[in-house]
Amino acid sequence: MSFSVNASIVISGVVAESTPILFAANGEYMAERAGTLNISVEGMMLAGAFTSIAVASATTNLILGMLAGIAAGLLVAAIHANFSHRLAANTFVVGLTLDALVLGATDYFATVLKPMPAQFPPVTVPLLSKIPAIGSSIFVQPWPFYLLFLLVPAVYWAVERTNWGLQLRASGENPGAADATGIRVNVRRRQSLYLCGILSGLGGSYLSLCIVGAFNFDMTAGVGFVVIAAVIFGGWTLRGAVLGGLLFGSASAMSLVLPTLGTTVNPQFLLALPYMAALVAMVFLAKTHRAPAALAQPFTRGVS
Amino acid sequence: MATSTSSGSASSWVAGSREGEPLTTLASSSPPRSVGPDRELTGAELEPPGSRYADTIRMVGLYVICVAAALGITMLLVLAVGGTPASVIDALIRGSVGSPGALGRTLDDTIPVLLVALGTLIAVRAGMFNIGQTGQLVFGGFCAALVALKVHGPGPLVLIAALLAGTAGGAAWAGIAAVLYTWRRVNVVIATLLLTYIATQIVDYAVSSQSVLEEPSKSQIGSLAQSAQLPANVRLPHPGSYPSFGVSLGIVIALVLLAVFMVLLARSRWGVHLRMSGANPVAARRFGVRVALVASGALILSGALAGLAGGAMLTGQVYRIQGGFANTFGNDGLLAALVCRDRPGWLLPVSFVFAMIRTGGNYFLATGVPNYLAQVLQGLLVLAAIFPPVYLERREWARRLKAARVLALRSAAA
Repeated sequence: MSFSVNASIVISGVVAESTPILFAANGEYMAERAGTLNISVEGMMLAGAFTSIAVASATTNLILGMLAGIAAGLLVAAIHANFSHRLAANTFVVGLTLDALVLGATDYFATVLKPMPAQFPPVTVPLLSKIPAIGSSIFVQPWPFYLLFLLVPAVYWAVERTNWGLQLRASGENPGAADATGIRVNVRRRQSLYLCGILSGLGGSYLSLCIVGAFNFDMTAGVGFVVIAAVIFGGWTLRGAVLGGLLFGSASAMSLVLPTLGTTVNPQFLLALPYMAALVAMVFLAKTHRAPAALAQPFTRGVS
Repeated sequence: MATSTSSGSASSWVAGSREGEPLTTLASSSPPRSVGPDRELTGAELEPPGSRYADTIRMVGLYVICVAAALGITMLLVLAVGGTPASVIDALIRGSVGSPGALGRTLDDTIPVLLVALGTLIAVRAGMFNIGQTGQLVFGGFCAALVALKVHGPGPLVLIAALLAGTAGGAAWAGIAAVLYTWRRVNVVIATLLLTYIATQIVDYAVSSQSVLEEPSKSQIGSLAQSAQLPANVRLPHPGSYPSFGVSLGIVIALVLLAVFMVLLARSRWGVHLRMSGANPVAARRFGVRVALVASGALILSGALAGLAGGAMLTGQVYRIQGGFANTFGNDGLLAALVCRDRPGWLLPVSFVFAMIRTGGNYFLATGVPNYLAQVLQGLLVLAAIFPPVYLERREWARRLKAARVLALRSAAA
């Protein structure tokens, strides 16, 4: 096959696999900078995936479906945030329980409701799609994909250039000191989780509404943990999270695409690659990959 | 790094006062002042209102309400699907404990949950938050399968060797996280979480490649990748088999280990050191406890128990390694331990309830409700079980902060 056809196959695969990860990674980046180690990303994405398909097939309105998926991610985030950062429950218990709960609930309702397939059609960007070799794949995508180009700068600006973002980062680095200066630490943490829920729900809806076009049981299949690995691999910077998301999306895309191009790569190695890369980055890049100092430590005023 | 889990014991945070005692030392150590004609400074505001039993009653009542709410939501889901709550509850009870065969299967499911939960409790008590039990279980099962399938010898010896290999495999897998923590300060939660998925892929690879563990007679391309079955003499003996009461001997192993560790945790020096390392590593180090050793040891021990759970599952129930070998037992054990709130006495009942939901849930489909309801029920029950302590603790903190603020203002005005 010609180079440009191969290139467009590869790039389409990479775009398809990376986009849900990238949406969720932006949210998880904000959540982790605020000091919350959010394990329920998987649950948020799966809830978004299921609810968007269910609503889109029930109302035949794709945008309504996507909004419903975002709302489902927000609901999961609301439960997580209030248990973990209003009530000081163990955030890992809540996160893992929500993952299992959402898995069971979506399987349950999918068996009963049996939603019909629904899919966003691809949109062709007029001039850019004529670029040879890459234009026909990157710039012919369902329109929610182009939201990414707006989202990443917006998240960067919000976290690095606003007062809200400063408070967020302070809550993640030294919540006690932040609290002493009047920053409402747990409020910022909950807000970061709500945003993570919105973006993860959007990522999940993208997976079901734009890529697959239907809901399959356990559709996300652990991609939420790839998102966490991407943020860790990226050293808790937005640039790193986006790079990690692209890299890990490419790895899982390769396991699907390479067989059609004739080469075989060990699929398990590609699936394990995100986690190995994140672990290696944590071990060998410890100086540049500094976690927020208060990551995964709950904060209660008055308790040191 | 001690991640603080919410503990139920209300420890006093005001210096100089023990739980329940009025704060008279503060008032009596300072020189007498005129605080006004009627009032004397005591710490009475800092005591909880009502009698001491009010706390327990409040906690128990809240547990009842939360569990009832969880069951209520589940029954609403049943009604939404067109089933009847009564038949679903009946199926759950009868499917899990209604007959000797069912009871045997539930006990079989309790074994891995109990072992993993015991390990988790030990690690959490030392301050090491291990969430990689699934990976340790799977890797332990894999090591046990390697020994059971590749080593030839007298059946019982190979069986024991397989179980030991499973224990060692799980310990080694947790050991990686322990080494990373001690050597490079990698967060234990992150390390164990990432290692879980690496372990899953390793085992997946092993059962898909003929050179390692894949069953030799695998014919179709699309069939599930799995290892060969264990030979009959390398399996844990079952006194009796379904439909009569049949549980693998793994339950004896699990119960013995539970008893041994309960005694060790409560009565031995190691148990005290464990708790000290988790509560305040700096103070423990000053006291002479080798915190790094104790904490890493606890993490490795929890991995060992999870690996043993994998080995017991392999030799007692499943008899082969497959892709989805862990079958959420790792997560169930972790959640069971955290529902127990650091009380080893609760481990057995809570693990049994988890196993009951799993076994009974298989019978939901006969009543017209998808089996996935069991997972929903379990998740709701875990949320219901963690809500009361944290809610009451939050209320108590808020009340104490307010009382302390009032006390401070009053003494400043004096």
